Amino acid sequence: MSDAPSKFGEYGGQYVPEALMPAIEELDDAYQRYVVENEDGFVDEFRERLRDFGGRPTPLQRADRLSERYGTDVLLKREDLLHGGAHKLNNALGQVLLAKYMGKERIVAETGAGQHGTATAMAAAHLDMPCEIYMGERDINRQRPNVFRMRLNGAEVNPVSTGRGTLKEAISETMRDWATTVETTHYVIGSVVGPHPFPTMVREFQSVISEEARRQFDEQVGGLPDSVVACAGGGSNTMGAFAEFVSDDSVDLYAVEAGGSSLGVDEETGVAPNSASLSTGTEGVLHGARTKLLQDRDGQIVESHSVSSGLDYAGVGPELAYLVDEGRVTPVTVDDDAALEGFHRLSQTEGIIPALETAHAVAWLEDATPEQLGDSVVVCVSGRGDKDLESVVEETENREVPNAPDMDVFSGGMR
Amino acid sequence: MSRLDEAFADGPAFVPYLALGDPDLESSLEYIRALDRGGADVIELGLPFSEPIAEGPTIQSAVVRSLSGGMTPTKFFDAVETLDVDAPLVCMTYYNLVYQFGDEEGPRPFVERAAEVGIEGFVVPDLPAEEAGPLREACDEFGLDLIFIVAPTTRGERLERIMERTSGYVYVQARLGVTGARADVSDQTGASLDRLSRWDIPKAVGFGISSGEQAREVVSAGADGIIVGSALVDIVAEGASAGSQTGSGDVAEGHENGDPPAVVADRLETLARELKEGAVAGATRAQSERT
Repeated sequence: MSDAPSKFGEYGGQYVPEALMPAIEELDDAYQRYVVENEDGFVDEFRERLRDFGGRPTPLQRADRLSERYGTDVLLKREDLLHGGAHKLNNALGQVLLAKYMGKERIVAETGAGQHGTATAMAAAHLDMPCEIYMGERDINRQRPNVFRMRLNGAEVNPVSTGRGTLKEAISETMRDWATTVETTHYVIGSVVGPHPFPTMVREFQSVISEEARRQFDEQVGGLPDSVVACAGGGSNTMGAFAEFVSDDSVDLYAVEAGGSSLGVDEETGVAPNSASLSTGTEGVLHGARTKLLQDRDGQIVESHSVSSGLDYAGVGPELAYLVDEGRVTPVTVDDDAALEGFHRLSQTEGIIPALETAHAVAWLEDATPEQLGDSVVVCVSGRGDKDLESVVEETENREVPNAPDMDVFSGGMR
Repeated sequence: MSRLDEAFADGPAFVPYLALGDPDLESSLEYIRALDRGGADVIELGLPFSEPIAEGPTIQSAVVRSLSGGMTPTKFFDAVETLDVDAPLVCMTYYNLVYQFGDEEGPRPFVERAAEVGIEGFVVPDLPAEEAGPLREACDEFGLDLIFIVAPTTRGERLERIMERTSGYVYVQARLGVTGARADVSDQTGASLDRLSRWDIPKAVGFGISSGEQAREVVSAGADGIIVGSALVDIVAEGASAGSQTGSGDVAEGHENGDPPAVVADRLETLARELKEGAVAGATRAQSERT
C-alpha cells in the first residue's frame, strides 16, 4: 500500500467490486514506487516525454483585453497549447507510461467530450500500447472530430448505449471491461474520480499545471496571484490548476461548474439540467468513491446536463468535494448561455477559441466581483475549442447568443 | 446458525436471483413465488441501482425495466413485507442505496427496515471488505448476514480478511468480469473452491451458471450452492418482450403485450427445478467420488 491516504476527510475510498481490489492495490503500490519514489527513473522519463512529445511547459499568457475589461491582471494558463489541445495529455501520458512500467499489455479508458479519449489514444500510440476507448453514443454524436482522432491514432472506440449515453455510462462500462480483463489491462481513468489511488494519482500528474503556473507567475509578475479560476466537471484540470496553490492561503480558488439550463433537480424525470455537483450535490457513493453527487432522495444517480459534454457528469473528484467543504475552494456556476457567450468573448477578444468546458471558467469572470478576482487572476484554459465548433454553431443559432458572430456567410445557410 | 447457513445444511443450495419490479412489481412477485416452488433454498432479490457496475447486459436491462416501472427502496421493502415464500431472502444492491436510506446517516436505517420486512442478509457488490465496517456493524446489531464476494483474483491476506467478515455464505465469483449466462463452466471455479476449502462457511458459486448440467459440474467441484441470475432474468426479459418486435435491451414498454405472467412463471419454475436437480446430482457424484 502507498503512503497516500485513501480518503480526503470522509470522501474518497475504494467502493469497487472485489475482483478489482487486487488490481487497485497493485496500482497503489506502483504509484508509490514509480511516481512518488521515482523508481527506475519513471518521473524523469515522464517529464522528458511531457516536454518532447507534449510540448511542455505551456505558456502563462497575459490576456490584455480581458485584463482591461475586468480591471485586473488576467493570466491564461495555456493548456490548450499542450499536444492534443487539452490538459488531458498530462494524465493520459502519465498513466499509460505507468501501465508500461507495471508490465500491463492493454489500455482501456472512458471519455466524455473525447478529450481524454484522444489524449489516451495519442499516448497509447506514442508508447505502443493497444487501446480501447468507451464513449457514450450521445457523446459520439456530439464530438465526431474527436472520434475520428482516436480512430486515426489506432484506438478502438466502443459506443455505450446504456442510460443517456454520456460520461457516467462510459465510466461504468469501462469498469466492467476492467473487471473482466484486470490481470493484463490498465484502466486510464480520465479525471480525479474513481477509487483510491486514482484521484491522488491523476491530481499528481495534472499538478504540473499549477507547478508551472506558480513559477511563471512569480517570474513574470512577481509573487502569487490573488485568485485561480478553473472549470470543474470531474475536476482534473481544476485540481491540476489548484494543487500547488492549495497551501497558499492568500490565493483564492474558484471551481466553475456547469449550471446547465437550471440548478434544480427534476425528481419526476430524474434529470438535473446541470452538472453542478459541488454547488448543489449531496454526499454519496459513485464509481468507486464517496463524493458529492447529483442524486435523488433514494440515492439513484440522476442524469446531468451541460452544453459542454466534458463537464456533463453527476459526480466530482472526492478531493475537490473535501476542499469545498473545508472552505478552501469556492464552487460557482455558469449556465449554458453564459458559457456560450464566454466562448465567443475569448475567441473575439484574445484570438483563442476555447473548449466549451474552458468557456465556463472564462464566462465566470463576468460574474465575479473585483474582490473575488483581486489584482491578478490565473485562468486555466483547459483546452481548445476545435472539437466544439459544430455544436457551438448549432447551439448559438438556437439561443441567439448576443455576442455571437453572424454565420450567414454560407450561401443557403449552414446546412 | 442463521437461516442462511441452515439453507445449505441439507445438501446443495439453489440460490436464484431476480430484480424485484422486473418487468413490473406484480409479475416479479409471482416469479419469485415460482422460484420458491421450484426448489429455491435462498432467494436473492435485486434492488435496482442506476449504476450497476458489476452487472452484464442481461441484469443491466432488468434494472432499467424495474427502475422505469418506478421501483424504489421504499416500494421494495413494502413488497417484500407482503411476500410469503419459504426460502430466506437476501437483498442484493449497491452501497449508495443502502447509505442514503432513511433520515439517519449511514446504513443503519436500511438494515433496520430490511430486518423488519424479513430480509436475512445482503450482497453489496461495490462494497469491498475495506469499506464495509458500518454495514457489518448494523447487520450484527439486527442479526442479519452480510455476504461477501470472493473473486478469482482474491488471494492471501485479502482472502483471509474477507472470510473473517462474511456470514451466511460466501459468494464465490466463478470468473472475472460481470454477471451473465455462459455455456461453459469456468475452470477457475475449482481452483477458487480449493482456496476456500479450509473455511466451514457455505460456498455458493455464481457468475455464468445457466443449466442443470453446469449446476451439477459446479457442485461436484465442491460448491455448497449455486447462484443463478442472468439465465432466469433472460426468461423474464423474453416473456416481457414477446409480442413486441424490438427485443432490444431496454424494453420498459412492451411487456403488457408479452406472455402472460403465469406462463413466464411456469418457465421459471421449470428451469429452477432443472438447476436444483443438477445441483443435487452434483452432490451425489461428489459424495460417491469421496467414498
